[in-house]
Amino acid sequence: MSVLPYLCAGWLFLIGCYGLATSRNLIHAVGCLAVCQSATYVLLLAVGYRHGGTAPVFSDIAPGSRPVVDPVVQALTLTDIVIGATVTALLLSLVIQIAKRHRTVDPDELSELRG
Amino acid sequence: MTVARMLPLIVATPLFGAAVLVGAGRRLPRAAAEVLGLLFAAGTAALALAASAALPSSTARPVEWVGGWRPHGGASVGIVLVGDRTGLGLATLVSLLVPAALAYAWRYFDEPPRRHAASFPALVLLFQAGMCGFALTGDLFNAFVFFELMGVVAYALTGYRVEEARAVQGGLVFGVVNSLGGYTTLLGIGLLYARTGELGLAQIGRALDARPGGPDALVIAAFVLVATGLLVKAAAVPFHFWLADAHAVAPTPVCMLLSGVMVELGVYGTARVYWTVFAGPGGIPAPDAHRALLALGALTAVLGAVMCWQQRHLKRLLAYSTVAHTGLFLIGLAVLTPEGIGGVALYVLAHAGVKAALFACVGVLLDRFGSVDEHELHGKGRELPWVAGMFGIGGLALAGLPPFGTALGKAVTEEAAGGWATALFVAVSAVTGGAVLRAGARVFLGLGSRPPGSPEETTGEGEEPETRRLLARIPDSMLLVPTVLLACALAVGLVPGLRTAVGGAADAFTDHAGYLAAVLDGRTTEPAPTPAPHWTTPGVVWGLLATVLAGVLALLAVQRPVRGEPVRWTVPLRRLHSGHVGDYVAWFLAGVTLLAALLV
Amino acid sequence: MSMRLRLWVLAAGVLGTATLFVLACAELPGFGGTWHPYGDRAVHAALARHTANTIASVNFDQRALDTLGEESILFGSVLGTLVLLRQTRDERRLPPEPARVAPPVRRYALIALPVTLLIGLYVVAHGQLSPGGGFQGGVVVATSLHLLYIAIDYRALERIRPVGLYEVADAAGEAGYLLIGAAALLTGAAFLTNFLPYGTFNTLSSGGTVPLLNAAIGVEVAAGIVVLLARFLDQAVEIVSGRDEAEDET
Repeated sequence: MSVLPYLCAGWLFLIGCYGLATSRNLIHAVGCLAVCQSATYVLLLAVGYRHGGTAPVFSDIAPGSRPVVDPVVQALTLTDIVIGATVTALLLSLVIQIAKRHRTVDPDELSELRG
Repeated sequence: MTVARMLPLIVATPLFGAAVLVGAGRRLPRAAAEVLGLLFAAGTAALALAASAALPSSTARPVEWVGGWRPHGGASVGIVLVGDRTGLGLATLVSLLVPAALAYAWRYFDEPPRRHAASFPALVLLFQAGMCGFALTGDLFNAFVFFELMGVVAYALTGYRVEEARAVQGGLVFGVVNSLGGYTTLLGIGLLYARTGELGLAQIGRALDARPGGPDALVIAAFVLVATGLLVKAAAVPFHFWLADAHAVAPTPVCMLLSGVMVELGVYGTARVYWTVFAGPGGIPAPDAHRALLALGALTAVLGAVMCWQQRHLKRLLAYSTVAHTGLFLIGLAVLTPEGIGGVALYVLAHAGVKAALFACVGVLLDRFGSVDEHELHGKGRELPWVAGMFGIGGLALAGLPPFGTALGKAVTEEAAGGWATALFVAVSAVTGGAVLRAGARVFLGLGSRPPGSPEETTGEGEEPETRRLLARIPDSMLLVPTVLLACALAVGLVPGLRTAVGGAADAFTDHAGYLAAVLDGRTTEPAPTPAPHWTTPGVVWGLLATVLAGVLALLAVQRPVRGEPVRWTVPLRRLHSGHVGDYVAWFLAGVTLLAALLV
Repeated sequence: MSMRLRLWVLAAGVLGTATLFVLACAELPGFGGTWHPYGDRAVHAALARHTANTIASVNFDQRALDTLGEESILFGSVLGTLVLLRQTRDERRLPPEPARVAPPVRRYALIALPVTLLIGLYVVAHGQLSPGGGFQGGVVVATSLHLLYIAIDYRALERIRPVGLYEVADAAGEAGYLLIGAAALLTGAAFLTNFLPYGTFNTLSSGGTVPLLNAAIGVEVAAGIVVLLARFLDQAVEIVSGRDEAEDET
């Protein structure tokens, strides 16, 4: 099953979206968004994998002695993780303020913006 | 210093300004922080203008490999910035609008966070850096990073007035939907990386072109996923729901930037990615791309115009007018010719000035009367003749009154699109412009009567002003900024040099092979020249017709007794705009499906 | 929109998106393949610049502009949190209460603190050699300080955490990265060029500007995370609604 890791990424993304769409709690919704994002980590790392490959760090292996996985996707994933963490922090601080101003974190009960 | 060398500095200068403001922020008095912020923003604008002026021709593409990683044999490990006229022009537009917004916000907010007087200008500078980086980058992943930078800062700016229940809700909806769009784009980047092993726009384009023949499912999926994130930013239907919620609650200077440039950057991103990556023989066939963009554009324009007409909350009204205009921009892109791109470029330039000026006028009303509700403000604006004049002129310009740049852009775009698109352009401009004129007639002239409120919609009553207290006298800065912006929108229509420059820029923008050669091989090729956009008699006539129609619509609307309830046939449509993040996510996935279906 | 309608729209969207993605996956190169052109070039470039950790070379040298953007996102998000979680007019601060801590927890946390701090600094300093770097190490350093909250109480944490100073450090990290990038311009090279001598492979001073950029990021991340957590902790521990208090009394 050489496509299974890719399909796993798609599953994570869609299940995260399902959670977002049906969420009854905004903190849970922000968590679901993080699930959607983890799909991007899985896809990038799966794309960069090489059979038998090890980490592309040459402090303890001689260059060329072993296959290494694609370092570019690892760097992209690192960037992506930092972005995800900061977006989550920012969204959670908005949720804190929503909880204070609306006295609820249930999206069904937020009815200020309509039409 | 060459133009190429200046490109990274256009991104770095506002970032450095933000760092200085935050570092020194605790000791800086508020006025000093604001002056410093304005200086850094204006300095960036000066850099961008100097770089634009130093371009040898309007089809030139200065290329800077950051870190000096020049390509060998068409392959590089670095990131490239491309300062073609379009990218650099957008960076200039952003950099000019940011100081305008900061000048408007001069001594604006009532309560800067304690000992953090510099945080608002610092956030705006970061926003500027994100937008400039997005406009200049020639690397897909780097574009995603700058996309997220402008996103993150925009969510914080939207929720800036945390004491407002609506502001934090709008900020969250904006954040969730746009982040989801960003991650979709990243999934698409992952697919493209798997297929081509590259991240640069030109590199991916060349690798795709090496496999000519119709696109397979992978290429279609990659285009759909990458474009989805950009179309979320561009607020295309059905990804548009966040826009009205965010624009209705963001502080006015932020609205000016969101509506004036950020949304348009989504349109730009879609066009840039299409032309550099997918326009070659291995990409998306032109008829498919045409069909998809045209359908989404038409849907967006019509829905935006209908929703715009229904609003009484003035900021929401302007927000939906932005949605409608984005639809028109997308129709212009769908033509897939230099004429269409040139028309859209002129339209975007002038629209930025007009829309920002209109938001500035609404901000004045909010801070003077504590309301942005068309009916509650009925007749109150009589004491502000200057604002009334600008609001009226803004409405006329939005409808397409020659010789404003909006009219020129609209005329060129509709001519390029041809056929029934002309009717759509006239109708949409007339309705959105008419909605603004109708609101202006009620607020500033006191025409018509006041209807009772309806609980099912967002009114603009009882809003908190964004200044310390209700303004007794409007500061000159708040009047000067919209005046200058409108003058700039007028200049877009009148300066002939701009039209030639835009014409050349559009030729270069749509030259897929030329872009690849310039970036990867350092080879300059001249694109096939097309006639520069210009005024035509039919264009002027259609513009005048749209303006007259807008006026007639506005007059009819204010003279009819207004009912409390919304018009019946629009009720289901309005119910869809529920402010519920779950609904928006469901529509988001439906939109991905729709876009894919349009492409197959 | 009713839940029912939403679920129908969602079902259609999920079905369409899933179909699209599955069809695309079928066209992807097989998992674990050997064809990675950019990856191979990146390894080559990293070795040419004497950087043992290829990922650090990609992040801080080859694609250093991405990292600048990423760092700015963190910077903007810290600033945004600062603004969003400010103390508003209707709120006031209560001094935090001293807290009782179980002795084993206290002992563990106090022992773990210096160890964690040291590991964090090590991870930052060795970013160009071994897995890690400014982001990872910075987070570990910031975490170590918060062990004081667990070991003693919030007041102890506040004593070693003058937030103002950390804000300056956060900005200094951001500015430092930009200035190192701009310094390359003085040598006539492009922005963010690795202009320093590359040093001896696999030693602490190898990699040219990579360790410097790593250090700038380390400072920014450590300080930024401290400020970020301080805002959230303030909300949890110190800031209370003034209005609530009044309502409770009546």
